[in-house]
Amino acid sequence: MQTTPSPFTFCGGIHPSYNKELSSGSPIRELPLPARLVVPLSQHLGAPAKPVVKVGDTVTAGQLIAEQNGFISAPVHAPACGKVSAIDETLTASGRPCAAITIETDGSQEWHLLPTFPDWQNADRKELIAHIGAAGIVGMGGAGFPTRVKLSPPADKPIDTVILNGAECEPYLTSDHRMMLEFAHEIRTGAEIIRHILGAKTMRIAIEDNKPDAISAMEKAFASIGGDVAVTVLHTSYPQGSEKQQIYSVTGREVPRGGLPMDVGCVVENVSTAFAVCDAVVHGRPLVRRVIAVTGDAIQQPSNLLAPCGTLYSDLVAACGGLRGKVAKVISGGPMMGFAVGSLAIPTGKTASGLLLLSTGKVSCYTSQACISCGRCVDACPMRLSPSELSQCIEADDIESASQIALMDCIECGSCAFVCPARRPLVHHMRRGKAIVMAQRSAAKK
Amino acid sequence: MKPESPSDLYIVSSSPHTHSGESVERIMLDVVIALVPAFLAACWFFRLDALRLTVACVVTCLLTEWLCRKAMKRASSLSDLSAVVTGLLLAFNLPPALPLWMAVAGSVFAIAIAKQVFGGLGYNPFNPALAGRAFMLISFTGAMTTWSQSAWMRKLAGTATEALTTATPLGYAKEALKAGQPMPVFETGLISDFFLGNMNGCIGETSALALLIGAAYLLYRKVISWHIPVAYLLSVAVYAAVLHIVSPATSIPPLFHVLSGGLILGAFFMATDMVTSPVTKRGMLVFGVGCGVITMLIRTVKTGAYPEGVSFAILIMNAFTPLINRATRNRVFGSKKKA
Amino acid sequence: MDPIILNSTLWIGGIGLVSAAALAVAEKYLSVPQDPRIGKVSELLPGANCGGCGFAGCADYARAIVMDNAECNLCAPGGSDCANAIAAFLGRASSALEKRTALVLCCGDDSEAARRAAYNGINDCAAAQATAGGDKGCTYGCLGYGSCARICPVNAIAVVNGLAKVNKAKCIACGKCLAACPRKLIKFVPSAAGIHVLCNSKDKGPAVKKVCGTGCIACRICTKLAEGSINMDGFLAVVDYAKPLTNEDVVAKCPAHCIRKDTPPA
Repeated sequence: MQTTPSPFTFCGGIHPSYNKELSSGSPIRELPLPARLVVPLSQHLGAPAKPVVKVGDTVTAGQLIAEQNGFISAPVHAPACGKVSAIDETLTASGRPCAAITIETDGSQEWHLLPTFPDWQNADRKELIAHIGAAGIVGMGGAGFPTRVKLSPPADKPIDTVILNGAECEPYLTSDHRMMLEFAHEIRTGAEIIRHILGAKTMRIAIEDNKPDAISAMEKAFASIGGDVAVTVLHTSYPQGSEKQQIYSVTGREVPRGGLPMDVGCVVENVSTAFAVCDAVVHGRPLVRRVIAVTGDAIQQPSNLLAPCGTLYSDLVAACGGLRGKVAKVISGGPMMGFAVGSLAIPTGKTASGLLLLSTGKVSCYTSQACISCGRCVDACPMRLSPSELSQCIEADDIESASQIALMDCIECGSCAFVCPARRPLVHHMRRGKAIVMAQRSAAKK
Repeated sequence: MKPESPSDLYIVSSSPHTHSGESVERIMLDVVIALVPAFLAACWFFRLDALRLTVACVVTCLLTEWLCRKAMKRASSLSDLSAVVTGLLLAFNLPPALPLWMAVAGSVFAIAIAKQVFGGLGYNPFNPALAGRAFMLISFTGAMTTWSQSAWMRKLAGTATEALTTATPLGYAKEALKAGQPMPVFETGLISDFFLGNMNGCIGETSALALLIGAAYLLYRKVISWHIPVAYLLSVAVYAAVLHIVSPATSIPPLFHVLSGGLILGAFFMATDMVTSPVTKRGMLVFGVGCGVITMLIRTVKTGAYPEGVSFAILIMNAFTPLINRATRNRVFGSKKKA
Repeated sequence: MDPIILNSTLWIGGIGLVSAAALAVAEKYLSVPQDPRIGKVSELLPGANCGGCGFAGCADYARAIVMDNAECNLCAPGGSDCANAIAAFLGRASSALEKRTALVLCCGDDSEAARRAAYNGINDCAAAQATAGGDKGCTYGCLGYGSCARICPVNAIAVVNGLAKVNKAKCIACGKCLAACPRKLIKFVPSAAGIHVLCNSKDKGPAVKKVCGTGCIACRICTKLAEGSINMDGFLAVVDYAKPLTNEDVVAKCPAHCIRKDTPPA
């Protein structure tokens, strides 16, 4: 098992100030159980889960409370013991309302566990995949794609490389970093299970070079592993954690436009997802909690909290000593791709790895200045698009021209808006344009 | 009755929520700073003329922009400092003896017609300072091509007549070319005069040294990249070298071509104007080469009217910028590489 | 005569004559034969090219009426007169077209409705809606960023104090504002109707009061007074325009003051 620098680096990208030292030194601590959990039924990409409990039911931690609803969907389990007090709509970080099951917790430590696979090396792949699906595991890097689906590529797309995503390229965020330091062995087990399911020959653990302690922790944990496994040290650059860019940095392969990583024989899984896979397969625990980095300059004690999914932001803030000074923005996720929210009465889910509380000095405001064609966005775009041209087309409502110059290839990473001297809301324009294209496509289908 | 709002409303916007800190103001300020050495050199060589022209142009540009924005009922854009940059660059392109009212007229044209009418900064297709200069060259040809006396020119011609001492090196060479006379001899001893700026020309274009110091600052601050200036200067040098090898008697040596006229000023400060030049690095190289070729064509074609071609070359290439942008887009990540 | 003048005149005049002749020939031999009725129907249409009929402009609609048998009464700006005239010209049965106008079902401007966040971004309602679900406290109310006003082809919508309002006199009922509103709170109502419930909130009364001083709180006073013309749709009062509303007391008696009477058009 060796450690090698990544053979390639994607073109473009930016270097924001990271501020990770606010919470990177804080060991993971468990959040005191909140009195109430509002568990969203849509913590994943795809159709929201369907409730299988009623108001008034008593539930146990780990019990199925909402079942998978369709192929691209995932089940939801109770994060703690308690009573269901409501099933109604809640506001989520993305701004869209979503159904949620509210549980008044009672502090009981009972767990309703799934079956375990102590001998997973010899277990049937399909059984393991079904088990991962039943455990409600989704991509915890942010997208929330059901892992069960990701681990069952069609037969004509063989997978030869599994990449473990430990890049955590967003500023401020440190949850994956702490997971690698404190749960390296579980991550290794999860990675081995994933490799076994996919039958991949090669495994790479991708970590940015600004986390040397995580690199050595993973080196130690994977030291005795068999097969073509290596830690690939990535050049620190945002967005190294983006799937397509990471695959290129590690293997030199470009995922084709409109395609998926499996089209180039790769599967990328976040280190926290690997941990969840291990937890589910070896201990029978469904995915009901995760580590969230609650950080920023407007929180008293930046921490990495292990919190149940469905914890309200207000509880997270209280557990970190409360707010510090005037808060300008509350962000779910990182500052580059996270969602700014208007209140703290929003619950966490399986995918949000961070909660940022930022003061006015740390946030920037957009203006409506014209593009000065400086080209910084073109240089920064990791997908090699022309954000200046795209945003001008979309501003002029010329969506057709925008889609002709690859509008739909935009990954909304925010590198363009980060460098724009005219402070144009470039990603906002992209999102608006993409929403119009999607609306046109679905109208055309009818 | 309106219910109570929470005392602290959080800001909501699309991601990203952080920024590199760059701004248009800072970029323009960097350009102004980079032009300070050239301004000092202008004051050194041309004394009060340099000062009065620069002040007149900058003040007129600012005033015109303010008036235009008010008339268009748009927010004032003076704080982005682009009018100051336009004023400075226009002034540096003017001969020292130019009457003040012409400088004012040119500045009004540059801001009102070449910039604000299109919508302001970012919408103009042509470099406003150069558009102003072109307007003045065509409207006030005589005054725009009158140069002061220069004892220096005697060095060039050996025994130059009085009339010739009021020309620029390029102008002098062009007259010689048209009259079928041999080129003046550009000895290597003259390089220092060209480089330091001890010669005839527009107030800001003569001192290559001062301009290069400013250009180095711009490159260090990453306001400009090397692509356009290097492509421009190299193509001029190569073109001039080829001409000089083919026919030494009727051409100026390449080094003197590079140091003459407004080329250094144009290559580093005018052709690199962001709004009117291409966005991709490949496009910038094409743009630079185009500027160089057209500059040399205007300078050296025997029947041409103008001894200097930098302004028109850049303006012509500005017109091609949208086309160059379309033709030199980056290959989208994941698309098929052309074989 | 100066040779330059003579030459120029002859050349330019000559080119002009040749071009005119070429155009005449092209008109005769290259023209696309078109049913002459299309031109006449086109003349009967108002010519606003608003697209409200669903076709790409009046000429396209005229072609569709004559060639594809499209309905004659799809033109809202033209109204019944136009629909009848076209039907009469083509010898088809005509169907009446009730004159409609667009109406923004919200009266919560910035003096009545609270904002729940400070929005920083594109001045567009769909864009604002996509950002944290919009910055208005009420998730059903008008965001006030003017997407409807900008798309209106006849400038019939004005945004005042964060609330969009349609000018009934100018509205041609083309439907563009209905499509532009991300909260779908603009609806068509008969132009003749004068009393409307200007609220779109499906929230319960106490929740509405928390975010807006003039939203419908489902007290049902209006349903009792209106004798069937106003009914409850969940927690929102909705006017049934098919039943004429005679009791104007509903306007004064509504405690939230969200039932308003139209001011007659100027």
